[in-house]
Amino acid sequence: MMRAENLPRATTPFLGFARLLRRHAFAVAPEQVSGFMQAVTLLGPRSMADIREAALATLAPTPDRRDEFEAHFQSYFYGNTSAMVEGEADEETRIKDDSGANDEQIAAEQQEEGGELSSAMEQLSAREFRRDNDRLTAFRRKLASALPARRSFRTVRTHSRGKLDLRRSLREIVSADGDVPAPFLRRRRTVPRKMLLLIDVSGSMKLHTSDYLRLAHAAVQGADRAEVFTFGTRLTRITGALRIRDCNQALARAAAQVDDWDGGTRMGPTLLAFLSVPRFSAFARGAAVVILSDALERGDHAELQTAMRRLSARAYRLSLATPLAGDPRFRPATAALSAILPVLDDLVDGSSVKNLTDFILSLARPAPTAEAIWKRVS
Amino acid sequence: MSKPSAEISAASPEAVAERLAASRYLADESLATAIFLAIRLGKPLLLEGAPGVGKTEAAKAIAELLGRELVRLQCYEGIDAAHALYEWNYQRQLLAIRHAGEHEIDIYDDRFLIARPLLQVLNAPEERVLLVDEIDRSDHEFEALLLEFLSDFQISIPERGTIRATAQPIVILTSNRTRELAEALRRRCVYHWITYPDAGREAEIIMLRAGDVAEVTARAVAAAVQSIRARPLAKPPGIAEAVEWANAATILEKGGSPWPEAFRRAIGVLIKDEEDLSYIAPELGRIVEEALA
Repeated sequence: MMRAENLPRATTPFLGFARLLRRHAFAVAPEQVSGFMQAVTLLGPRSMADIREAALATLAPTPDRRDEFEAHFQSYFYGNTSAMVEGEADEETRIKDDSGANDEQIAAEQQEEGGELSSAMEQLSAREFRRDNDRLTAFRRKLASALPARRSFRTVRTHSRGKLDLRRSLREIVSADGDVPAPFLRRRRTVPRKMLLLIDVSGSMKLHTSDYLRLAHAAVQGADRAEVFTFGTRLTRITGALRIRDCNQALARAAAQVDDWDGGTRMGPTLLAFLSVPRFSAFARGAAVVILSDALERGDHAELQTAMRRLSARAYRLSLATPLAGDPRFRPATAALSAILPVLDDLVDGSSVKNLTDFILSLARPAPTAEAIWKRVS
Repeated sequence: MSKPSAEISAASPEAVAERLAASRYLADESLATAIFLAIRLGKPLLLEGAPGVGKTEAAKAIAELLGRELVRLQCYEGIDAAHALYEWNYQRQLLAIRHAGEHEIDIYDDRFLIARPLLQVLNAPEERVLLVDEIDRSDHEFEALLLEFLSDFQISIPERGTIRATAQPIVILTSNRTRELAEALRRRCVYHWITYPDAGREAEIIMLRAGDVAEVTARAVAAAVQSIRARPLAKPPGIAEAVEWANAATILEKGGSPWPEAFRRAIGVLIKDEEDLSYIAPELGRIVEEALA
């Protein structure tokens, strides 16, 4: 290995490039940098293309950040900075946009409560709000054990109801000089299933998105493997942001990532987009999938129907929670809803945090299909 | 560090590409460079890409290039040490104990040890290449185990002590990217993202792989497949499917179907999803005709 003091001058650009990448939040380890330099040496380097290939192979940017990586490479080795500046400016405005949208959203919520509901109801809802926080804390604690479980291939030691653990038993037999004491048993472990939350952030869901995001935060914190996406006119994965423990900080970060707040919904196309990315659709496989949306699809619902059918084929249980079902007169009568009703496992009320947490905590318990329930009602 | 034989077969990226072509695998410049670097730096090679772009085939070709045997470890959810490293043959151990009677017997002898892929490669690093296939399907625990193996190339068996590799084995990992791999694992590897080849290269691959397909057919298939992949399908066709399609259409054509018709009738080997089929069916005629033109 080379030491820092006797590094030749020619290596400084490569060290500098690694530093630049780190500044832009690429994870670059020291061993990767030395690997990069070794690779450049091995390749000649005969041209800039060699250096680029070496950088790609050893510094390993993820495919979704590949363009950004290329731009940094261009700007660093060729001094072509135009692409970078644009990118950063764009990000800044986006953050501003989002925080603005958020304030508006909260204001709208307060207005709504003040204007439409009677004063007694208003007091009740204020108390509700405080209670929601406690509820989410309890939800977070209970979630991991309440999710539906599957049997893992891994085994745990057990004293009853298991299969013979040959390895441990044999050791025991040998150490006990051929005697066969009580045999050891092992059993396949059960692990909670994955949970996938798809949150509608379009304009028609404005009143509920902040509640839903707080719920999603609690879910990501509580469950081992939960994934959260938002969709409106486009699809955004916000699981990473929600991993931050502090709720407000996490929501602020998530808000900055989503750039289709309060717009229209293109539920069918965005869900299809979700399914067409292999690593995303793999989140849905065998998972409890909960969609938080009013499913008010404008125009043709054929795509929505296809997407929901594919989702339900992958998911362990596919549920749609809609705030509209809070109204006792609600029936799944719109064209889109009645088309997707046969593939849904649950169609439930998502108008309050209480209803939602209660429902999600009951996911492990079997229930009649959505179609059966709603047929009975109507 | 690296062995003389490996150095000779990987003298430069171009030499690697040439030798891969000799074992019927066409690698683009970037992939050849990554393979060259992995062999010469003695690091594992991590190949990622959509299903059907030839990740596993690349591993087979690398093994052939080095003249070594390929040991494949297929990952799945719940794979554990007993499937990847080693296991004791308990039945034989018990029988041996009974058979030995009063005599002393070492039940942790080699003949009771079942070597699984990782141990097999460790035992003969100069003769074998390890392929850890679809590592994204395994769980995080297994990834951690693999990480330990890849950093030290050693396995500890409590009853036997530590087994070390005498030379650095060549390891290839593939992933469909259904989930993010641990950063630590990516960091240790030489990385390459395989994309679908462009039409020209795909036609070459089809010519090379398919039994006897005319060049015109190969070009038409490559062009049609490119255009089909651009559509939002649930399962875009991979390279292997394209090769099959060219084969199937050729057979049908020899059986008496005229050209565009043969392509349409053989579509079942290219697209294997009922919904995708019904989506593409109305446009298929036009796609094929454009590709043939």
